[in-house]
Amino acid sequence: MTDQPENQLRDALQGAIASNDVILFMKGTPEQPMCGFSARTCAALEATETEFAAVDVLADPRIRQELSSLSNWPTIPQLFVHGELVGGADIVGQMYESGELAAVLGAPAATGGNPLPDAAEPGSAPPLQIENRLG
Amino acid sequence: MPTADEVKARIEEGIPGSDAEVTSDDNVHFTARVVANDFANLSLVEQHRLVYAIFGEGELGGSIHALALTTETR
Repeated sequence: MTDQPENQLRDALQGAIASNDVILFMKGTPEQPMCGFSARTCAALEATETEFAAVDVLADPRIRQELSSLSNWPTIPQLFVHGELVGGADIVGQMYESGELAAVLGAPAATGGNPLPDAAEPGSAPPLQIENRLG
Repeated sequence: MPTADEVKARIEEGIPGSDAEVTSDDNVHFTARVVANDFANLSLVEQHRLVYAIFGEGELGGSIHALALTTETR
């Protein structure tokens, strides 16, 4: 069957979402985001000092297609916490500023009201990386 | 390429009773703020899905390269 590789990809995506408490699907990597929306989302996560897994959807165009069909969400980035879609860059940014993001993440810095820091600020702890094994 | 006015009209038609403010410098990247009664009792994810659903398959990320979205319940 021709759809078997797609099912495998879907299984791999579902597995990655299920096995990582916090996982971000993004364009590029946290060290080198390839899109402003992905960069902003990483910056918000890093500001909460939460470790997160990151998957670069640019590694394989099928990832994005399968992910969007799985999540019913058309755009990248997509943040999942405990298996649930939290949202894209706009929602994550809004939740960061309200303090809700830190609460959802169970992060210690649940202060809120902070402006979003500039993207790609050096010096913060490097996030956990998982390999792209989704191809 | 859609204009900001066209994107605004599409959103307001797609979510009856909504008000959308849409801006764009280049007719490719858009910023929209949408206020609607229909958003009541919906999560932010569900609110954004309502707006995204207005645009056809491939349109977001295609002719509308980026749509920065804020949703509010009236």
